[in-house]
Amino acid sequence: MTSCPGRPKLGLMTLLLWGVPQLSLAAKMDMRPGVTEMSVRIQQIHQMGLWVCTVIGIIVFGAMFYTMFAHRRSRNQTPATFSESALVEFIWTLIPILILVGMAIPTTNALRDIEDNDNSDMTVLITASQWKWHYQYLDSGISYYSNIATPQEQINNTEPKGEHYLLEVDYPLVLPSNKKVRFLVTADDVIHSWWVPDFAVKQDAIPGFINEAWARIPVTGTFRGQCAELCGLDHAYMPIVVEVRPAEEFDAWIEDQRIAAELAGEAAVAARAKTWAMDELLPIGQEVFFKHCATCHERDGMGQGAKYPALAGSAIATGEIVDHLDRVMNGKADTEMQAWAPQLSDLEIAAIITFERNTWGNDTGDIIQPITVYEAR
Amino acid sequence: MVADAETVQKLRHPVLAFAARWLFTTNHKEIGSLYLWLSFTLFFIAGGMAMFMRLELFEPGIQFIDPLYYNQILTLHGLVMVFGVVMPAFVGLANWMIPLMIGAPDMALPRLNNFSFWILPFAFAMLLSTLFMEGGAPNFGWTFYAPLSTTYGPPSTDFFILGVHMMGISSIMGAINIIVTIVNLRAPGMKYMQMPLFVWTWFITAFLLIMVMPVLAGVVTMMLTDRHFGTSFFQAAGGGDPVLFQHIFWFFGHPEVYILILPGFGIASQIIPTFARKKLFGYHSMVYATIAIAALSFVVWGHHMFTTGMPLFAQMFIMYATMLIAVPTGVKVFNWVATMWGGSMTFETPMLFAIGFVMMFTIGGFSGVMLALVPADIQYHDTYFVVAHFHYVLYPGAIFGTMAAVYYWLPKWCGHMYDERLGKIHFWAATIAVNLTFFPMHFTGLAGMPRRIPDYSLQFTDFNMMSSIGSWLLGLTQIFFLYIVIKTIRGGAKATDQVWEGAEGLEWTIPSPAPLHTFETPPVITDGHK
Repeated sequence: MTSCPGRPKLGLMTLLLWGVPQLSLAAKMDMRPGVTEMSVRIQQIHQMGLWVCTVIGIIVFGAMFYTMFAHRRSRNQTPATFSESALVEFIWTLIPILILVGMAIPTTNALRDIEDNDNSDMTVLITASQWKWHYQYLDSGISYYSNIATPQEQINNTEPKGEHYLLEVDYPLVLPSNKKVRFLVTADDVIHSWWVPDFAVKQDAIPGFINEAWARIPVTGTFRGQCAELCGLDHAYMPIVVEVRPAEEFDAWIEDQRIAAELAGEAAVAARAKTWAMDELLPIGQEVFFKHCATCHERDGMGQGAKYPALAGSAIATGEIVDHLDRVMNGKADTEMQAWAPQLSDLEIAAIITFERNTWGNDTGDIIQPITVYEAR
Repeated sequence: MVADAETVQKLRHPVLAFAARWLFTTNHKEIGSLYLWLSFTLFFIAGGMAMFMRLELFEPGIQFIDPLYYNQILTLHGLVMVFGVVMPAFVGLANWMIPLMIGAPDMALPRLNNFSFWILPFAFAMLLSTLFMEGGAPNFGWTFYAPLSTTYGPPSTDFFILGVHMMGISSIMGAINIIVTIVNLRAPGMKYMQMPLFVWTWFITAFLLIMVMPVLAGVVTMMLTDRHFGTSFFQAAGGGDPVLFQHIFWFFGHPEVYILILPGFGIASQIIPTFARKKLFGYHSMVYATIAIAALSFVVWGHHMFTTGMPLFAQMFIMYATMLIAVPTGVKVFNWVATMWGGSMTFETPMLFAIGFVMMFTIGGFSGVMLALVPADIQYHDTYFVVAHFHYVLYPGAIFGTMAAVYYWLPKWCGHMYDERLGKIHFWAATIAVNLTFFPMHFTGLAGMPRRIPDYSLQFTDFNMMSSIGSWLLGLTQIFFLYIVIKTIRGGAKATDQVWEGAEGLEWTIPSPAPLHTFETPPVITDGHK
């Protein structure tokens, strides 16, 4: 990266500096080999295709440029008269076929290995929904959501953009190195696609289907990708981050997650036991609303047209609490308004609803307690 | 009688008379011009949308267009370019040129011809009006994958469905008209294997249209019933299958992309021999290669779906079939080069555009072969590499083909020569701009930038800036093209009947400008015009 164009001025400077040779630019011009054996093989297949096309291109374009030069009217007054040759036609039908067969053989071998999902060491179920990923470790029962972590201020250009702009999440997928990890990929709403270029894994997440893919990652580190299939409003804001750790560290992490889940359970019990005050709930509600709800309903609660309705003064946010609870917890069928009950804690849902009912001119004065949410589940 | 006289008087009003003439015309030349002007108008609208998108993509972050609106113009750009620009441009050329090239007095079904055209302005007015509707325009991409386009689609999706139906009806009627004309109205003595290549490629294209447009009509009807009548064709929750949508769509979609390029092949095959002053090399193999490409186009739809979890065997079959398309396509490219070989070439603007077409279409063909390799496609799929690929076959392919045709036949249409110097400037400016726009997209795609996003991470910035600057230049060059066309229509050096020294074919035997009615007495073919 040469610059961080957080402001238009910086972008224009990059533009002016184009005359200066940039080594970083050259490195960005080809497919990355990635880190797995398969991603390296795939990059070699890409290289093979690229070189075959380049050589054929040089020959064909070379012939065209030669003839344009040599057979101009100023050099060649009398045109030739030939217009058929079965032999030549035969040759230039046969040679491409042979080249294609030569390319098909290594490609087919690689394809068969890509499709070999057997004998995996562990399985992760990846469920996509608008616009987040849910990871479930089928062997250990741990599961969590992974959301984009880039602040809205960076997207709106009011803050300088970070190094991993749009490619950072709150909770990355953690995987062990040197294990064959099988991914089961599906979706809750529309079609998404789980793609990490460094593993050469791109698998469509399709509602009603469970697709398979796998990766054996020989190194540790952090790897980034994005949703690859247009999935609606925030398709661009659905990154994937994978942290690969040594096997023993991974096992320790799994154990930590188990303990954390228990503690969260205890915290939820404590939250239910307490009676919360308005000024305690509002800041929590605002934070969670900005993170999850504002992408459609906007921070000022004004929404975006008919598709993403305004909450300020809305019938639900100022009407019966029961209806409001139902909409937030269970969503609205066949729209981007999804069910939040499985995604958020009792406290978070209680805080969001309290926030929505007492902000942007909504002044119901209602305080929703976590216990109410718990009982509504 | 008084009332009648009044009506006549009203119709004599110049505005009414003008409207009536163009609304009710059944003349193939006038309808051809209508198609071309509609296409040209929509080209600026859809191109403006592209330039607007490139404005947002100039830098990371959201500056001008929010994601909701970005998805809408992204969708309309694709739909209008495919159905409103490239297809009507080729139909317009077919209307103008096929009767002239086969010595027919008009299209076989003139009233149908009028109807197929006049559906289109209404269809596109309706489609574009969705931008101003509550909930916005369709926002799911021109491929409108279910369920994003069915249960999740905005209310305006129903207008989109009706619009697609109207375009489909227009295309099917146009295709029937072309087939009937070619089969029945060829000049006495003109055998099929004597028809000019432009006629041949359109003949094959028309069959493709008749075969696949009903499939498109089927899939949008299934969408409609999924949206409103409780069916679940594409909804997993009701026992349906979202992947089925993609199978049906691409069974239409892949032949469709050949519909968008085959007439361009025909145009190049007319123009290159003219300016090489040498007969087309391998006429027969050109015809057979076109038929082979058309036939193969029906068994390769799955190469758009390699990441949907297709079985291994299906992936292998479709990969091989896709690679095979390179063979007849290669034959065509080699034949064009062989036509040029040994010729006595001059490089007027139509020839420049035709050569540009061959070269840059070939670049798009190369990336097509790479995309066919399934393991590599896993990395390419849904990235800017694909965007680069299909824009190379469509812009310097289909659009340059159309421009070559316009420069080639415009003197015949309006009786004036265009300004050669301006034409050459247009060609070189457009060629530089088109490569500046689309070539860097190969790199952004390989670097890992997904397509259809309004905002991207920082490492893609440099190449996106190049593409954006290129796209604005490209837009300017086409405004220049509009100027050249209007200037030529209004005046200029008088064109001869022959127009081009090396041109052969019946269209060059009639006067320039072509009179409204031609070949009322069919010419008799003895030696065979190709």
